[in-house]
Amino acid sequence: MTRDEIRAAVLRALGEIAPEADLASLAPDVEFREQLDLDSMDVLNFVVGLHASLGVAIPESDYPKLATLDGCVEYLAARVE
Amino acid sequence: MPILTADMSAGTLTTWRKKAGDTVKRGDIIAEVETDKGLIDVEVFTGGTVEQILVQPGATVPTGTVLAIIREEPGAAPALAPTPSVPPALPSPVSATKQVAPAQAPSAAGRARVSPLARKLAADLGIDLTTLHGAGPGGVIRREDIERAAAMRAEAPVKEPRPLLDRPARLRQTIGAAMARSKREIPHYYLSATIDMHRALTWLNEENLTRSVTDRLLYGVLLIKAVALALRQVPELNSIWRGAEAVPSAGIHVGVAVSLRGGGLIAPALHDTDRQALGDLMRSFRDLVHRARSGGVKSSELSDPTITVTSLGEQGVESVFPIIYPPQVAIVGFGKIAERPWSVDGQVVSRPLIVATLAADHRVSDGHRAGLFLAAVDRLLQEPARL
Repeated sequence: MTRDEIRAAVLRALGEIAPEADLASLAPDVEFREQLDLDSMDVLNFVVGLHASLGVAIPESDYPKLATLDGCVEYLAARVE
Repeated sequence: MPILTADMSAGTLTTWRKKAGDTVKRGDIIAEVETDKGLIDVEVFTGGTVEQILVQPGATVPTGTVLAIIREEPGAAPALAPTPSVPPALPSPVSATKQVAPAQAPSAAGRARVSPLARKLAADLGIDLTTLHGAGPGGVIRREDIERAAAMRAEAPVKEPRPLLDRPARLRQTIGAAMARSKREIPHYYLSATIDMHRALTWLNEENLTRSVTDRLLYGVLLIKAVALALRQVPELNSIWRGAEAVPSAGIHVGVAVSLRGGGLIAPALHDTDRQALGDLMRSFRDLVHRARSGGVKSSELSDPTITVTSLGEQGVESVFPIIYPPQVAIVGFGKIAERPWSVDGQVVSRPLIVATLAADHRVSDGHRAGLFLAAVDRLLQEPARL
């Protein structure tokens, strides 16, 4: 899976939890919480969404690595086939 | 049109899920209603056959208006569906619905002196006989009284001011009205307690390692469960104010404040919160938050909360000073979990602390009992495996 495909999967998962967000204008290096006003339930649903689409079971201890779009792509690229 | 919140005065029927002739059972979703709180799934509270649809999609009608008639069983008197879920414990500020409330169950009018023709006409037009004073001899309610009431309702303010505002603005109005009434009528008092979350969070981390991604718990669900169990020990906080007294609730249905995207919040109920295992409660919580934000909250979830829990810790709030949501008589707020110095066995250590705040109605409880409640919440959180 390419990084672009991973990025698209991340944006789809974000779109599920924040459908009103303009994801096209998302700054890749700024935390989601800051840009999208996410709470812990959103984060859980985001992780569940990534697990469903990419098959990656992300431990809670790694949540901080998923704070930004760039961070997500970096983290997931090392774990998806 | 069910009364889903204390200040709801009208709703717009958007969709019928059932049609005349369909069989329904208790708990079925019979219709969707647009309210200030969003799109709500209306449940029926009786089983039977839908005999007649009385309100068509697109119509905005006052709360209490009969939407359909369900015949419970052959030979039985028809039931009105859906019955209002919450009796208007606090009078609505919209006088029209107060003066000309629509029909309730037929037995509600049994004490009034009503001519047979007037009774039939009231049923047909959805007029609540208990709200009328008859102009006939000895106060008998006659046909003219029903027609006058129906005419007043037609002129009542369920006109069209609401569509002029978008939903967030209407929701803000609704919240403002409920909170203003609460502050005006409920003598609030506040207590707070700082709770050490070390044991709860340690247990939670270990527990989540054993759970799949989809079954993980959030610490918020521990707080909710602890509140629910503590209410068993101080049940007067789990009451509903009706008229001039607090009525203890049979079940513990914690309403959880959910912020909505686009602004505002609703606080639907997690039914039987105290009796759900943590895993089940977490699934219910996730589902409820999802539906609160995307549409599909059930009417009973809006009308049934017996207490509310609100948590603003994720926004960095130290402690919350919440306002009771009438007709409830208490609300619990939680601030953020922060690492702070804490004394344990004579040693100052760093511990994750949270401030729990209780706002309670002084007509119903006092500080002593409320203090016991907060102490119980603390105690329960020190034994998270037993939640």
